Amino acid sequence: MDLATFLVQCLNSLQYGLLLFLVASGLTLIFGIMGVINLAHGSFYMIGAYMAYALAPLVGGGFFVTLLLGLVLAVLLGYVLEWAFFSFLYQREHLQQVLMTYGLILVFEELRSIVVGDDVHGVKPPDWLGGSIALGDLMTYPVYRLFISAVCLALAAFMWFVLARTRLGMTIRAGASNREMVQSLGIDIQFLYRVVFAAGVAIAVLAGMVAAPVSSVYPGMGNQVLIICFVVVVIGGIGSIRGALLAALLIGFVDTFGKVVFPQAAGVLVYVLMALILLWKPDGLFKAGS
Amino acid sequence: MMNGRLVSTLIGVLALALWPLVTGSFGVDLVTKTMIYAIVALSLELLVGTTGLVCFGQAAFFGLAGYAAVKLSPDKDSASLWWLLPACMAVGAAYALFMGALSLRTKGVYFIMVTLAFAQMAYYLVHDTPLGGGTDGIYLYVKPVAEIGGTLLLDLDKPMALYYFVLGSLVASFVFLALLLRSRFGRALAGVRVNEQRMRATGFSTYPYKLAAFALSGAIAGLGGFLFAVKDGFVNPELLSWHFSGAVLIMIILGGLGHLRGAVIGAFAFALLQELFKSEAVFGVFAKHWLLGLGLAIIASVALLPRGLIGVGELLTHRLRRTPRVR
Repeated sequence: MDLATFLVQCLNSLQYGLLLFLVASGLTLIFGIMGVINLAHGSFYMIGAYMAYALAPLVGGGFFVTLLLGLVLAVLLGYVLEWAFFSFLYQREHLQQVLMTYGLILVFEELRSIVVGDDVHGVKPPDWLGGSIALGDLMTYPVYRLFISAVCLALAAFMWFVLARTRLGMTIRAGASNREMVQSLGIDIQFLYRVVFAAGVAIAVLAGMVAAPVSSVYPGMGNQVLIICFVVVVIGGIGSIRGALLAALLIGFVDTFGKVVFPQAAGVLVYVLMALILLWKPDGLFKAGS
Repeated sequence: MMNGRLVSTLIGVLALALWPLVTGSFGVDLVTKTMIYAIVALSLELLVGTTGLVCFGQAAFFGLAGYAAVKLSPDKDSASLWWLLPACMAVGAAYALFMGALSLRTKGVYFIMVTLAFAQMAYYLVHDTPLGGGTDGIYLYVKPVAEIGGTLLLDLDKPMALYYFVLGSLVASFVFLALLLRSRFGRALAGVRVNEQRMRATGFSTYPYKLAAFALSGAIAGLGGFLFAVKDGFVNPELLSWHFSGAVLIMIILGGLGHLRGAVIGAFAFALLQELFKSEAVFGVFAKHWLLGLGLAIIASVALLPRGLIGVGELLTHRLRRTPRVR
């Protein structure tokens, strides 16, 4: 492997890892704070990708207008879903939550099939991001992939800021460690949960919309990303955003380089990594709250 | 109450025994498949409902045993059921021992994900190595038979013979587990679910108990895998996919955890709901989107039946007698 190929693969790993982080961060937030195992989280990613495809003609094709509209719809979707389906799951056993959210996956997948159909679609990146930059003499790298990494990094920084430096973040962290105590201090925990859930949905939808031009838009894309995001969440330690970032980057590098170096065993590497890490540290790399 | 349960279970077995008399080959095939799912659901119920270990890798035991059935059969001759079936169950049990021995170090959601990881390893083992024939899978050309002293007792190539053999396997698994749960061993497993600390404090070393539950579960899931390979005559990596592990988990939750009958009811409900929503006679053009109906039915069951389908009977009797529901 020469230097340019190595560099390209590094950039690819980074971009894949950061994208995983976006989806996984919502999952780990919802799990860590509300204790809900949300299997439908992959569906939000899928919905995002399909929104990027289907909304563009409605708003005249502008990429950022589509993005903005998608985000607004995602927040609404998250808010309504929490109210209608998730709010009565908190007191239930985890396995009931698994059953319910599994049902939601089927519903979302079929609604998608009814509304948009089962074809595979491509989404074009905006023109000014469509080019590529030269790396070495022979290789080029698409600008859009760099744009994805930049968006993910910006969002990660924004999330860190909100959670660590604002009053809202403070109450969210407090709600994660002791729900009753926060409630008795007069904070509307139901509203807080709804906000966190809507934010988690919006981040996953955004990840799907941003990823659509690279990964194309196809049925079942949500399930594929769901399992790998659960891997990220447990390797990082449930509820830990920092852990999710590290684990996502780790998975990004292992998966991308695995495909180049050991193409026969690429699929299994991620799971071997997870098994090894959890046998070494049964609570993941970072335990939440630490 | 006990007698009522026994009677309803016997009626269920009788109905299954009479089913081929009133239906065609499609009905026989459907119920054969469903009964195999019920066997796998029972094996998972031992881990999840009884011992409290949520295993997300049941497909690995099931699929590896199926592959073993094909790989161990001679190419052009029938294998003997007498050794092939135990061998396949042993394969399932062996992988379950391996998975359990390592994954039992973790707890909760971490445990779920480690069992998934080991199941995915088995998936890629048959998917990516020459051993398993890749995505296409491999075929079982000659079905196994059971003979004693040269007389043919059972030829699993015949759908009817297979149907009654699967029914017999389901009943045997059910009875075995029911007896097991009443034994000291079964009580100990239930104790692990309710309060593992207390079990340890009373002097039980819980790890070997949990490991033994894993091995038994793997063996029973292996029985299901063997039957599935024989029924279809081929195996492919999809048997080991996490979708199947998830579907089995959904079946036992749907049926109601903590009851063996719940696992069987869940498997049948899952299969019958699928057939119902797929039926064009009932849903017309919407039959194409049958997953929507299945999804809505599952959501409704969570909302209305927190204790699974098995709770329906109790719910009704309490409504009728107007007594408060016991939690």
